[in-house]
Amino acid sequence: MNKKQIFIFQLVFTLLVCSFLIIPVFLSVLAGITQNFFVGIKSGFTIRWIVEVLDLYSETIYLSLIIAITCLFVTLIMGIPAAYVLARIGGRISRFIEETIVLPVAVPGLAIALALIIIYGGYRDFRSSWYFILVGHVLFTLPFMVRSVLAVLSSTNFKELEEGAASLGAPFWTRFSTIVLPNIKPGILAGSLMVFTLSIGEFNLTWMLHTPITKTLPVGLADSYASMRLEVASAYTLIFFIMIIPLLLCMQYLSKDKNKN
Amino acid sequence: MKYYDYPKLFVLALPVAIFFVTFFIVPMVQLAIVGGSSDVGTSSYFSIINKPRHFESMFATLLLSITVTFSALIISTAAGLFLVRNIFPGRAVVLSILTFPLAFPGVVIGFLIIMLAGRQGLIGTITKALSGEKTVFAYSILGLFFGYLYFSIPRVILTIMAAAEKLDKSLEEAAKSLGAPPYRIVIDIIIPALKPGLIASGAICFATSMGAFGTAFTLATNIDVLPMTIYTEFTLNANIAGAASLSIVLGLVTWIALFISRSLSGQTIAVSG
Amino acid sequence: MQKETTSISLKSCGKTFKDGTRALEEINLDISGGETVVLLGPSGCGKTTLLRIIAGLEEPDKGGQIIFNNEDVSKLQIEKRNVGMVFQSYALFPNMNVKENIGYGLKVRKLDKVQIDKRVSEMLNMMHITDLSFRNIDQLSGGQRQRVALARAIAVRPRVLLLDEPLTALDAILRDRLRVEIDILLRSLGITAIYVTHDQSEAMALGDRIVVMSDGQISQVGTPRNVYFNPANEFVADFIGTVNRIHANNLENFNSFKEKELLFRPDDIDIVEKKNCHFTGKVKASFFLGEKTRLIVNLNSKEEITVEGKFKDEYKIGSEIALRINTDALIKLPK
Repeated sequence: MNKKQIFIFQLVFTLLVCSFLIIPVFLSVLAGITQNFFVGIKSGFTIRWIVEVLDLYSETIYLSLIIAITCLFVTLIMGIPAAYVLARIGGRISRFIEETIVLPVAVPGLAIALALIIIYGGYRDFRSSWYFILVGHVLFTLPFMVRSVLAVLSSTNFKELEEGAASLGAPFWTRFSTIVLPNIKPGILAGSLMVFTLSIGEFNLTWMLHTPITKTLPVGLADSYASMRLEVASAYTLIFFIMIIPLLLCMQYLSKDKNKN
Repeated sequence: MKYYDYPKLFVLALPVAIFFVTFFIVPMVQLAIVGGSSDVGTSSYFSIINKPRHFESMFATLLLSITVTFSALIISTAAGLFLVRNIFPGRAVVLSILTFPLAFPGVVIGFLIIMLAGRQGLIGTITKALSGEKTVFAYSILGLFFGYLYFSIPRVILTIMAAAEKLDKSLEEAAKSLGAPPYRIVIDIIIPALKPGLIASGAICFATSMGAFGTAFTLATNIDVLPMTIYTEFTLNANIAGAASLSIVLGLVTWIALFISRSLSGQTIAVSG
Repeated sequence: MQKETTSISLKSCGKTFKDGTRALEEINLDISGGETVVLLGPSGCGKTTLLRIIAGLEEPDKGGQIIFNNEDVSKLQIEKRNVGMVFQSYALFPNMNVKENIGYGLKVRKLDKVQIDKRVSEMLNMMHITDLSFRNIDQLSGGQRQRVALARAIAVRPRVLLLDEPLTALDAILRDRLRVEIDILLRSLGITAIYVTHDQSEAMALGDRIVVMSDGQISQVGTPRNVYFNPANEFVADFIGTVNRIHANNLENFNSFKEKELLFRPDDIDIVEKKNCHFTGKVKASFFLGEKTRLIVNLNSKEEITVEGKFKDEYKIGSEIALRINTDALIKLPK
């Protein structure tokens, strides 16, 4: 086989893999705007399914957004200082702590949710509020914020920058706000996108932690897959895509930017 | 400069520490303890071995995860190597398509498999038109397999591509100059050089598959993967100890896999499904 | 113009790091106000550690004291020590432009905007970088960054200026040019300056006094002339310039010479007629360096020496030459 044939073969193969990934997405989007999927496109396009979804499930969308925004806020407040401390301490202790913080990602969401229920399930008010779900989300997304900021801190020689600022008389908190924070902005941005996206799409933890009055978007989706007709489920999925794909594109754009530099 | 900053570092680290201990360390320890308890003593952990349903579940999950991992590795390496070394119009789009499923939750992926191979799925429609019989495999182990493959390929391909970019081209050129045909170069030079990346991404893939819940939930197959078993033990059978012990075992397995992966690759955590 | 200067006194400053490395033995050093002192030595000798102790970035082991004029600053944090420091990689803040970098120390001291602008302009002028005021750090060349780093350190009118190998990262031509500029700058400021380098020609050019260090200890303190012509020990003799070492009893004319070894610089030995020579040798290698020629010569005693000078003739490899040592310039090490 000559070079050109190898190229074509590989290209076709890769395109096949691509189609496997994207065709179902198209189908789902299509089904969400078709009158009757069983009949097919011939039945015409409509937005009635989308309207029906918004009717039935709008609270799930709001809740997911609220949780995601709050989760982002909390991980920023906890994660940025944590990453800074880890970068300052360095050495084996820092790596050990990092491993611990990453544990909630390694352990299946189901297990974490179970553990939370066992200990805190008894606190009725807490258990039935969205704060309970928030806790799970923060546990799961915090490592990503910490890792993202830590990565930027490790690559900029921030220790020397701080020494430079200290030699000019800047005390600790001044250094933190004028030197450290401004220079980790790319890490904060990348981490924020990750946290927000992960929170919106989180299911494993949330399914166990939710109650009938605290349903998030993915939980609603699972509901609709089980009990609603295909078109409604697809429309709901379409709304989810509309929310999440821009975020993913932003993340991809950011990482390409980083590679260019 | 280091020593007198310690109190401030302590203050900065306190919120995380408190949160983490309260909501993760303490619950997980309690989970381990609960998992050890049961009316028959500490043998809850051994239910993996002596309860057939648990054992089958563990076995099925392991088999599925291993198969998916190998398939994902082969497919992603083939596609990944191709993309790293060839530039063609539309490459960025292809790359984008191959990586954005990373953030899809398992439930949605299950639904996408249903769209592809379910009762009203595309494959069913096509096969009906071609052969008169509808092929529906979404709700079988094959559907589960493809669902798991769906979230595994993006994960693996990113890591492989990162590793492939670092390959030393001069090694391949040296082999070529010594007369090696392309397939030999792949087997003797490229695959060994990619080995750490392959193991690392394979481990991530394995860990994610072991812990995946949403996909199996949506596809509602007859095969009970371990996360599903845990779920039913807790919600239907109120067997908290059993659920807890299975969770701990599952957690250990996935953590070990991810640990192996991280020690070989450095960073790279991909999103879980 | 009577300028107030700061003298520095180090007493028993040793440093052992947490992992057990003994970076510095107990150092005692006195530096007069307005002096430029160069800490010179190979990497690992402790010169940077000593600088950082003076700066306040490291604490000396128990019993170590650092005194500025009459004030014991040993326990004073660097933020309060009012030193100006230029780091090896400049440590310029990437999130600020040149003007903001230079003004940072002033902003931290809460000076008002008018004062800050005035001082920053003064600095920009002094360093000839006014046209770079609004540039971002990553758009600057190595030499430009160097100037910004200096400007930033001086802007706060520090008592002491500390420079950690500021020219090491630059290419040779730039280094030579900036060395002159730094020399002029330090003299015009009249400030007490401590300069760390491993380059002995840099040390000789800039220092009022040189502190030669090795293995965490001071080998010799002296003026450049002192250190070059009267090295205190073998290490210093070897480190500063090149030194030839041959055994006296191998050579006819030096049989009765009371020193067992002869130490002399490559330019203190001349090529002469055979009848006037002390000994002969064969040329092993020859390097034409422009302003001088360097020859590596094998003596009959199997020893090898370096001979340097403005030789018009080209001495081919293998040719035999006759040499005469300038005995006045023989280096005598103290016992």
